Amino acid sequence: MTTNNWLLPTITFLPLLAAAIMMVIPKGEEQLHKLIALAASLGGVVLGVVLLVRFDYSQAGVPQMVTDKSWIKLINSRFIMTMDGLSMPLFILTLALLPLVVIYSWDHIPSPGNPKAFLMLILVLQTGLLGSFVAEDLILFFVFFEVVLLPMYFMIGVWGGEQRQYASIKFFLYTLFGSALMILSFLALYFLVPTPTFDMRALPELAKGISTGTQVLLFGGMFVGFGIKVPMFPFHTWLPDAHTQAPTQGSVILAAVMLKLGTYGFVRIAVGILPEGARKWAPVIAVLAVIGIIYGALGCLAQTDMKRLIAFSSVAHMGFVMLGVSTLTHYGINAAMFGMVAHGLITGMLFFIAGSIKDRFHTLEIRRLGGLLIQAPRLGWILGFCTMASLGLPGLAGFWGEFPAILSAYQPSDGLNVALFRTLMVIAAFGTVLAAGYLLWLFQRTAFGTPTEEFADDPHIHDVTLHEWVAWVPMLGAIVLFGILPGLMFNVLNPAVEALLRAGNL
Amino acid sequence: MLDKVWIIPALPALGFLLTLCFGKRLGPSRAHFIGIPIVGVAFVLALVTAGQWMARDGALDERGAVSDIQQSCSREATTISSGGAAAGDGTANEGSTAEGGTGGDVVSAAPEATRAAESGGGTEELTRPVIRCLSWWHSGPLQFDIGTQLDGMAVLLLVVVTTISLLVHVYSSDYVNGDRRYTHYFAFLSLFTASMLFFVLAENTLQMMVGWELVGVCSFALIGHWWEEKPNSDAALKAFLTNRVGDVGLMIGVIVLFFAAGQNFSIYDINVMANNGRINHTLLLVSSCCLIAAVMSKSGQFILHTWLPDAMAGPTPVSALIHAATMVVAGIYMVGRLYPVFFHGLSIAGSSINLLAVVGSVTAVFGALLAFVQKDIKKVLAYSTVSQLGFMVTALGVGAWTAALFHLFTHAFFKAGLFLGAGSLSHSCGHSFDMVEDMGGMRKVMPRTFWTFVVGTLSLAGIFPLAGFWSKDEILAGTGGLGNAATGSYYFAFIMLLVAAAFTAAYMTRTIWYAFYGEYRGHGHPHENGSRITVPLVILAVLGAIAGFANLPGVLTFEHLVEPVGAYFPGHEQGLVHADFNLAVAILSTLAAVGGGLFSYLYYFRRSFKPLEGFSGRNRVAHAGKTLLENKYYLDKLYTDIIVGSIKKPIAAAAYWVNQHVIDGVVNGAGKGAVVAGKFVYEKVDQLLVDGAVNGVGSVAESSGGELRRFQTGHVQQYAALFFAAAALLCGVFVLILG
Repeated sequence: MTTNNWLLPTITFLPLLAAAIMMVIPKGEEQLHKLIALAASLGGVVLGVVLLVRFDYSQAGVPQMVTDKSWIKLINSRFIMTMDGLSMPLFILTLALLPLVVIYSWDHIPSPGNPKAFLMLILVLQTGLLGSFVAEDLILFFVFFEVVLLPMYFMIGVWGGEQRQYASIKFFLYTLFGSALMILSFLALYFLVPTPTFDMRALPELAKGISTGTQVLLFGGMFVGFGIKVPMFPFHTWLPDAHTQAPTQGSVILAAVMLKLGTYGFVRIAVGILPEGARKWAPVIAVLAVIGIIYGALGCLAQTDMKRLIAFSSVAHMGFVMLGVSTLTHYGINAAMFGMVAHGLITGMLFFIAGSIKDRFHTLEIRRLGGLLIQAPRLGWILGFCTMASLGLPGLAGFWGEFPAILSAYQPSDGLNVALFRTLMVIAAFGTVLAAGYLLWLFQRTAFGTPTEEFADDPHIHDVTLHEWVAWVPMLGAIVLFGILPGLMFNVLNPAVEALLRAGNL
Repeated sequence: MLDKVWIIPALPALGFLLTLCFGKRLGPSRAHFIGIPIVGVAFVLALVTAGQWMARDGALDERGAVSDIQQSCSREATTISSGGAAAGDGTANEGSTAEGGTGGDVVSAAPEATRAAESGGGTEELTRPVIRCLSWWHSGPLQFDIGTQLDGMAVLLLVVVTTISLLVHVYSSDYVNGDRRYTHYFAFLSLFTASMLFFVLAENTLQMMVGWELVGVCSFALIGHWWEEKPNSDAALKAFLTNRVGDVGLMIGVIVLFFAAGQNFSIYDINVMANNGRINHTLLLVSSCCLIAAVMSKSGQFILHTWLPDAMAGPTPVSALIHAATMVVAGIYMVGRLYPVFFHGLSIAGSSINLLAVVGSVTAVFGALLAFVQKDIKKVLAYSTVSQLGFMVTALGVGAWTAALFHLFTHAFFKAGLFLGAGSLSHSCGHSFDMVEDMGGMRKVMPRTFWTFVVGTLSLAGIFPLAGFWSKDEILAGTGGLGNAATGSYYFAFIMLLVAAAFTAAYMTRTIWYAFYGEYRGHGHPHENGSRITVPLVILAVLGAIAGFANLPGVLTFEHLVEPVGAYFPGHEQGLVHADFNLAVAILSTLAAVGGGLFSYLYYFRRSFKPLEGFSGRNRVAHAGKTLLENKYYLDKLYTDIIVGSIKKPIAAAAYWVNQHVIDGVVNGAGKGAVVAGKFVYEKVDQLLVDGAVNGVGSVAESSGGELRRFQTGHVQQYAALFFAAAALLCGVFVLILG
């Protein structure tokens, strides 16, 4: 393993390079812009395949493909990028999603148009997301984590719905607020460890000297930072607004990848570096997670707008992820990591579908929709498939994030309150009933029945287009594939999860 | 074939994919060209498997009995066959007795093994389950497998499912001919068959859960097949959601068992551990109770049965296949599969009451009562199914395992036949199922349908010597209700089932009267159906008549083929007693059935009880009873209006109100507070104090201010460009430093 492995930085900065090229090309060359964006995203996928081939799966628990360079000497922050079993699934998901989003954008550039700026923002966003999953230095991680904010802010603020101003500002400030506390914890950590460093590989060992009380405080800062991003109840209110107002592509990226920065941060940084703090915080996280499951589901039942409903369902799904994390067991964390990818695929698909329905009907009001299966049967069946996946149907990807997470709560890590976690397990299990309720209710109201008079003879309503097929088939395939062969992902994750737990004596 | 049974579910799964991809290209109403041959092959393979199972070698000792279990699939089997050298306390006993070395002094730890050892190293026949598996996924140090467990009951279900599925495929090719979603229909039929077979062969509880849910989805899709009408899609949703409630029980039950058995999903291992007392009794009790919730929803037991009658909204062949013969018995199968858990958890042996027996016997009676007030012939049959499933659950509850599976076997044939018969009636009576308004006198018009229906009815009512008689009788004898030798003495269950048997005969006689006798009351031109409908009817009638001979008293072929003997199943030592054929029980049950049927015959055919007619209109108590029945004990009101209604409207609305006004209010309040604070600082501090000082040099800044303002007011692109420049700078710094 050399320290000069250029693969990760290359993949990470490739989208940025493409954006730079696009900047000098005039705005009018719309087709060219799309082509460049597509080429860059496909280039990323090719490099991703190289990565998949070169990754040593027998050593998935060990950081690989290390790039370690001097960066900001003054504060001893280094440019470190590595890849292990925890990073890989999310990194690959991010890589694979970009071309799909670009292809979908081919004929779905939201108003007010301007593909150049739109695609550039997506590319910059991509660099931020990719970088966050491989950065192994807290400052570097933080930089990427923040880079993500601006493009999303503009995507919502410019290409968003009617209340885009409010939603984008809320999103931006809320997340920034969390980041402030998070960086505070990072800095405190830096000063508290015996040899000041931001190197995430060394910190778990070094942080063992920090007293439990201090760990709890540090964890608290990260808890707010990551908790907002996840988002955990009660920090979730930015999410429905951001999702509802964001353009389809924004919603997809937001749901599929961006929320995972929070959960990934929890696992990798908060739990990984501060296991003792995590142990103290675990009951709090678990209770909030389960509240999120039930509360998110109730929120869904109260919605009248399809997109907002899907957004609220994210709160519930992330509840399962966080419940898994809070048990601090290999079942829980494996389930959480799997759940992140599964939720990314499934909810990403649901947002794609919502976008396509909006394109055809110009509304997402559930009351006004109906009979989708008659007017656009394929779109309707895809929606049905995704609702089934989203409610955690065994045999599809969603199940493997949900069931092991519930299972893990039966026997949480040593020192955690077993009675509390078992109670939470039962409540979370009932959350799956509510999930089935709101999703099937949504499906019944939109897809079953006959079209409402308003749209019965609307010629604009057509079935799935070629671009939509190309963008969706890989995601649908992945949902089935990981559902049938969960080992494909679990077996990559598991060594890294075990290493993480071993390092933290959990 | 025994070790490659995975092919059997794989075939219909392939059929599903093929139908989905090519079904439409074959032309309208041609999708069965794929489905029928593939299910046909699966049926033949199932028969081959059954043949090989029958020819298996018996007379094994405990180590021989595990010889066909792949080592990696089961920790328990490994311990037994390796002589228990590496095992802990409990398993060491088992291992050493299996070797036959220590004789009979460790009876309590491993009775089965002891039995094998005592009888001289294996003169008694132990069954040899065939278990194969592959690695599925890992978590922590543990590996979880996917695989197949083939034993007597799995073979039984393979045959039943493929037989009924094949007949239903054939029947459907006529019945739903011309349907606009013909392809979808056959695709889901295949998917259902695959899922059900997957469930049946599941090697571990996790896999069982997967199959359990998948059949539920197929049921959902097929109940809602004609989703244009709201009642159909409502019924589909109701079925799915009610089952989800039960699934919570399944999920928790599986989790509890998983940890109780030392983090192991393997059905074989769980059974062995439960059976030799290595799982804490409380845990067994908790998990059995949770799993019973799942049985109640999937197998339509009182009080979670309400979805099953509504599920009749689906096409009739679907009702026959899914909601009579196969899917609804998944609960029975699950209990049967994990029987040691229930047997020991509920302390079935030697007892006279337990949850399973109560749920089953109450369902048997209450379901039958509801069948009396139905006008829809399919709903009569649906409640009849509920009631008969109650018989099976009771049988499991009283320790009559074989009787439960035997009744499952016979019921599958005659009830599927009755459903298909009802479909045949409706097919020629203008697609109505209302036997009171739209049928009558069909005996003459549809002779084949009539005769097959009569045979099914007699079998269902338990008339000698048809199939239903033998299986029902075995259940009644199994309760030990006449003080005969049985696992326990469940008098309550015995009486309830006897009453239910009388009701069964009565409501079925009523059904025959409405549908086949009297004058035709509809407005169509009924006619007998074609052979694709009548041939399956005849086959099912024949099977429904003769299936009972599979387990004739004294011969007991069925019992020997299906019931497991070995460490993974409760044996005689643990109190499981096979009730012998009891003439008194047989006479009593026949009397009950004949009595019920006779009363109904006199009431409807002879009108001998004129004073009783309209009784419910005159007597307040009778009227209240009828109203209660007509409203299905008000359970639907409770679920739909009160529980779902309150969650959907007030509770969800309240939660959302809190979200918007309280939680979000804090966020918005914080934002507004910051703005107010900012204004204050700007107006009072900045403008008055600081700016006063700065004003002197202000003129210099004016020109640059203009530049800055362009960014503030400006266009997104400028923001983007600025932002990008910053990022590029970062990149540049990075490159420079790296040198």
